[in-house]
Amino acid sequence: MTSYDAIVVGAGPAGASAALALARAGRRVVMVERGLFPGAKNVYGGVIYGRVLDDIIPAWWEEVPFDRWVVRRSTMVMTPNQSLSIDYRTDAWADAPYNGMTATRSRFDAWLAGRAVAEGATLVTSTVATGLIRDQRGAVVGVRTDRDGAELLAPVVVAADGVNSFLAKEAGLLPKADAAHHTLGVKEVLKLPTEVINDRFGVSNHQGVDIEMLGCTGEVPGGGFLYTNTDSVSIGVVLSLPQLAASGRRPESFIADLKEHPSIAPLLRGATLGEYSAHLIPEGGFHVMPKLAVDGMVLTGDAAGMTLAAGIWLEGVNFAIGSGWTAGQAIDRALATGDVSASGLASYRSDLEESFVLADHRRLRRAPGLVLSERVQQRYPGLVCDLAESFFTVTNPTPKAGGRKWLQAATKKHGVRLRHLVRDGWEGMRTFG
Amino acid sequence: MNNRWQGVSFTDRLATVDYRVGERAHIVVDSDVCRSCTTKACVTACPANLFAPTAEGGILFNYEDCFECGTCYMVCNNDGAITWTYPDGGFGVVFHRG
Ligand SMILES: Cc1cc2nc3c(=O)[nH]c(=O)nc-3n(C[C@H](O)[C@H](O)[C@H](O)COP(=O)(O)OP(=O)(O)OC[C@H]3O[C@@H](n4cnc5c(N)ncnc54)[C@H](O)[C@@H]3O)c2cc1C
Ligand code: SF4
Ligand code: SF4
Repeated sequence: MTSYDAIVVGAGPAGASAALALARAGRRVVMVERGLFPGAKNVYGGVIYGRVLDDIIPAWWEEVPFDRWVVRRSTMVMTPNQSLSIDYRTDAWADAPYNGMTATRSRFDAWLAGRAVAEGATLVTSTVATGLIRDQRGAVVGVRTDRDGAELLAPVVVAADGVNSFLAKEAGLLPKADAAHHTLGVKEVLKLPTEVINDRFGVSNHQGVDIEMLGCTGEVPGGGFLYTNTDSVSIGVVLSLPQLAASGRRPESFIADLKEHPSIAPLLRGATLGEYSAHLIPEGGFHVMPKLAVDGMVLTGDAAGMTLAAGIWLEGVNFAIGSGWTAGQAIDRALATGDVSASGLASYRSDLEESFVLADHRRLRRAPGLVLSERVQQRYPGLVCDLAESFFTVTNPTPKAGGRKWLQAATKKHGVRLRHLVRDGWEGMRTFG
Repeated sequence: MNNRWQGVSFTDRLATVDYRVGERAHIVVDSDVCRSCTTKACVTACPANLFAPTAEGGILFNYEDCFECGTCYMVCNNDGAITWTYPDGGFGVVFHRG
């Protein structure tokens, strides 16, 4: 049997990046992936912010399997029959080094894992890591698999097994179930011809649009998203699990409502369902992130809850890549010193603190709570839309009431006190500032 | 056009998803435990709509069209009702447009 320096469980972005770092350092590394191919089990919004790859794969944009480069980012605040958007566009994002790309995970994840293989990593697909193997002192020394019961042994295991990480649970690093810190994402990919998408969204070939939405999930805290792919549009919602379960409303009904919204329906006219899918998102952020290293094992990407989910603005793939890459380098150093205990692997965490991965998480640690709060979810979208309506409505011959009156009327109607508005505004500055 | 959107039946919806169905049921629901459950959270939240309440207050479950998302075990508050594992390697859902 081949012996390995490290076993990576999961060939998603985190696992592939860890394997790439280790392979490049000359280590013998194997990725174990339960899917038929890397990406087969993975679902996201999705836009990938690729700059994290600059140092890892120079000129990555020349080979990455993307759909469209995002040139328009919109945030839409809505009620069932109103919407107000902030819409930013720059065609500079359609040139290197680019900002974000829409991409399909079955292609992107397979590409990244393939890059690791090209540099010497081994990929074993259609294989589940079913449990941890430990030595007498409790250190992780390998994994059991469901491939003829085979066991894989190595000094270090990388848990890159995503949001439900059963490896982290088995090691006692994550609770068995934690609905309060997870949201459910449900998505429909709707097929539309490329030219129709170009015309409706005002872009040319290879240019894409990303729209995030707040106020479209009724009584359940969450948000919506819409992304343009080459010849399809991805539309979906993200829903807080406990409130979804208590709501009595089925997940797909939120997408159905969103698709009928007057600002969204015309964009989708004539589209047909290409694929329906769902996946969980770790939304707890910095406060609930588990310990990242134990003796013989590190946690990366969603297994460590590393999606930056400021409510509706989701960045997870870049964080998975950043953490996997950093983990791979830290493991290489630990292997060189011969100390793969938790303290030998501790530079993984300190390196992450230095990088965007934990710096952004620390900075935005209050964002999930704020964006999913009752006022931001239930009251502000209506308030903001009503203010916009007052501002843009011409009421002749009645004279204009003016800003203060409008604000008074809107806050009263939506049950918001001015001091709450001021406090939340301040909280927003602290959170995002 | 509204009716058409609302009209996507679950059969049509799941017909867009590719599965390699394994022989082993990777999720098992103990309907006896479910009888005492007052929330039936899984019935509401499972995105693939795989939990069907029975007349006796239990649950009828079919693993074949599962997304392997984990929602059901996260929202279920009755210990022992759901035994949750991944399908054997290579089986289960195959997303092509995730
Ligand atoms: C609805 C939704 C929208 C999102 N939108 C965005 C977005 O627009 N942009 C963005 O950057 N991020 C987005 N994210 C977050 C992003 O998808 C994740 O953060 C990212 O996929 C995490 O990568 P990962 O490698 O850690 O985990 P994953 O991508 O989940 O990969 C884990 C891998 O491990 C495998 N695996 C699991 N257990 C085992 C086992 N026991 N044995 C073998 N293999 C195993 C799985 O098959 C999988 O391939 C979104 C997520 C969701 C759900
Ligand atoms: S599976 Fe859990 S949530 Fe569903 S009915 Fe049974 S006990 Fe209730
Ligand atoms: S894992 Fe997800 S799709 Fe499968 S039964 Fe549970 S909730 Fe439904």
